[in-house]
Amino acid sequence: MKHRSLALALMAAVLSGPACAETLKIVMESRLGNLDPILSASHQTREHGYLIYDTLFAEDAQGQAQPQMIDEYSVSEDGKTYRFKLREGLAFHDGAPVTAKDAVASIKRWGQRDRMGLAIMKATDSLEAEDDSTFVLKLNTPLGVVIDAFAKPSGVPLFIMPEAAAATPITEAITNYVGSGPFKFVEDEYSPGVKSIYVKNEDYKPRSEEPSGMAGGKVAKVERIERIEIADPLTAVNSLTEGEVDFMQNVPLDLAPLVEGNEEITTAHLDKAGYQYGYRLNFLHPPFDNKLVRQAALYAVGQKEILQAQFGDADNYQACGAIFGCGTTYESDVMADIAIEAQPEKAKALLAEAGYNGETVLLLHVTDNPAMAAVGPVMAQQLRAAGFNVEMQAMDFMTMLSRRASQEAVDKGGWSIFITSWQVPEVSDPVRSYMIVSEGTKGYAGWGDVPAIDQNIQAFLAEPDVAKRKEIAAEIQKIVYEEGIYAPLGQSSRLNAWTNKVDGLIPNGPTVFWNVTKSAEK
Amino acid sequence: MIFYILRRIVATIPVMGVVALLVFSLLYLAPGDPAVIIAGESASTEQLEKMRKDMGLDQPLPVQFAKWIGKVASGDLGTSLHSGKKVSEMIGARVGPTLSLATVTILLSLILAIPMGIFAAWARGRWLDKSLMSIAVLGFSTPVFVVGYVLIFLFSVKAGWFPVQGFTPISENPLRFLRTVTLPAFTLSLAYVALVSRITRSSLLEMLGEDFIRTARAKGASERRVLLRHALRNAAVPILTVAGSAAAFLIGGVVVTESVFNLPGMGRLVVESVLARDYPLIQGLILLLSLVYIGINLLTDILYSVFDPRIRY
Repeated sequence: MKHRSLALALMAAVLSGPACAETLKIVMESRLGNLDPILSASHQTREHGYLIYDTLFAEDAQGQAQPQMIDEYSVSEDGKTYRFKLREGLAFHDGAPVTAKDAVASIKRWGQRDRMGLAIMKATDSLEAEDDSTFVLKLNTPLGVVIDAFAKPSGVPLFIMPEAAAATPITEAITNYVGSGPFKFVEDEYSPGVKSIYVKNEDYKPRSEEPSGMAGGKVAKVERIERIEIADPLTAVNSLTEGEVDFMQNVPLDLAPLVEGNEEITTAHLDKAGYQYGYRLNFLHPPFDNKLVRQAALYAVGQKEILQAQFGDADNYQACGAIFGCGTTYESDVMADIAIEAQPEKAKALLAEAGYNGETVLLLHVTDNPAMAAVGPVMAQQLRAAGFNVEMQAMDFMTMLSRRASQEAVDKGGWSIFITSWQVPEVSDPVRSYMIVSEGTKGYAGWGDVPAIDQNIQAFLAEPDVAKRKEIAAEIQKIVYEEGIYAPLGQSSRLNAWTNKVDGLIPNGPTVFWNVTKSAEK
Repeated sequence: MIFYILRRIVATIPVMGVVALLVFSLLYLAPGDPAVIIAGESASTEQLEKMRKDMGLDQPLPVQFAKWIGKVASGDLGTSLHSGKKVSEMIGARVGPTLSLATVTILLSLILAIPMGIFAAWARGRWLDKSLMSIAVLGFSTPVFVVGYVLIFLFSVKAGWFPVQGFTPISENPLRFLRTVTLPAFTLSLAYVALVSRITRSSLLEMLGEDFIRTARAKGASERRVLLRHALRNAAVPILTVAGSAAAFLIGGVVVTESVFNLPGMGRLVVESVLARDYPLIQGLILLLSLVYIGINLLTDILYSVFDPRIRY
């Protein structure tokens, strides 16, 4: 009998996978593609970036910028000169110290890519290292957003890389993955589409403050993180419930009952603000080259029915007509009602006034993202109810991105409406948000040419007082709705799930794994 | 025979050229832009144009094709647009799981399907025949992903006998290899079993009506000997044909099975590369899969002469 038990134990040991409390196995929402978090604005590349790189500043749980790699900084009285001093003891994973030259090179590369970075670089006279730990930014005009931009958590965060890596042209991907963050990337074990491995950076010196949002001490508490790519959500859920993985970044709502009733699984919305869905209209061709028709479309479409189709239970979403997101500093209710309820009668009246002749409205219908796939049919029906002649063309998200770049007419491969989504911190003010861009044919898809938007953005950039900035943001929101540039479709956040062995996950927009522990049993 | 094999191998070159041209044309005619996919939707038009130029995507299609085919001819399949790794390395890393899955599936299928077909033919019209053929029809008609999910639910989630996902190479741990490959292979083999068992049955039934079978029986040969030595050997050619051509079917099934069981094989790589519009990777994969398909057909032709000595090349 003893022999049998021993044999069974040996068998179990051989057959079972390695059970290591120090290894955290995570499944993210989609696969990690490009490894350059400055070139690629993909959220998965960003999450990879937060594991291995550090940032100069970071937003705390209250949305305030806090020093991260920075020890101290000062701003001149005229608001044009910023002097930054790095913390002592910062080092890259290869042992080289982090210097001011690395920070300067990283800012310059980021400043060619990020919308806030571009605005800062446009106003920059010089950016230079003064000594090994100090660098100075001199602007030709005061900007109120420098520190907020350096701390931005999403879009393209300002990750600090070694000077040599940061010298890579912005159109090419970096090939050196050495950062100075709390985890090291194990390049030898990286298998694209299969797994990415990170190990604890033993030499990392976290800040002494408690973690708060993206700020505070980033303490790596597990030895190893294995990011396993599982494309099939049901397989990922089954792996989680069976303990083969520890964390799942996004549980689709239709699979949520499989984890929510499981006593060994914890679920939560770590990203409280979530994603803002929205749509833009094409100003270049009929029918949306007519302002009245654009307004009619905004009145015809109502968030509530769409959100219900997308997320079902009202607990899963929030109706919100604020262009810069609800729960943000620049949330405004100016004309926000236009986006909430569908008003077909008002839309019909506007269409009659505009002399709409039934020109085709081509809706780019994204089908490979469950939340976006639900928008198209409801929106099309709302538009039809108001009298629009709507045609939907189904495609995957990436095809939509290519298709919407076409400035041709609808019958020559163009489009009329596209739907997209952004994490709320990416649209939370007029400088970050691409959704309000109206710079004509050289600007963002939709190509509205409304100079008043840019004038207000410049005023916002220069204004140091937050109360006055709020007024400017509200004015921008008014123009956006009046001109029919963009309309939000409400907010929703993804459902995260993890086994009860895992603890310490920090509520944030980006999913980060510092401070996270994993016990052997719980 | 050797001359025939060499001639067939040489004949694959123009076939591969046509495949390459077709794949290349289809890819570049399809919508999608790798630069947009890499940079994301916030990239400016100027940045995207620069990226396309750096990737060589701004050049005329014939130029791009000539460059690519030139590299392929020298054994270089290019570099992935997304990971920056060599296509040959990326494919090489994924061959193991797919080869393991395909081998176990084919072995499992032949072990199950040929006896099923023999028994069904032997018991023609009786309950055993009807039962076996009903199972075959069910196996062929049920989508691979449904079978996969049901097996995971029963044997991984409920019974806990097998892992839900993942793969362990046989060289690392043979027992764990069996655990990780059993359910996917069983899932994938169901349709294959159905196909091969049905063709085995029908071919055997056709042979059983032939004069030489009657002669064998008249000579006093046992029913087992008649079935296995006389009928089955002569029925082998159509069985081989179906088994060989079903390889294409198997390749299609691998894509789904690898996704459901999260096996890091070539099937998943095909899906990932297509979704990411990773042109060099897609082209490399399709070329390799075409080569495999041509190879299987060649092997089938060679096996014809082994099973039927009348066939000579």
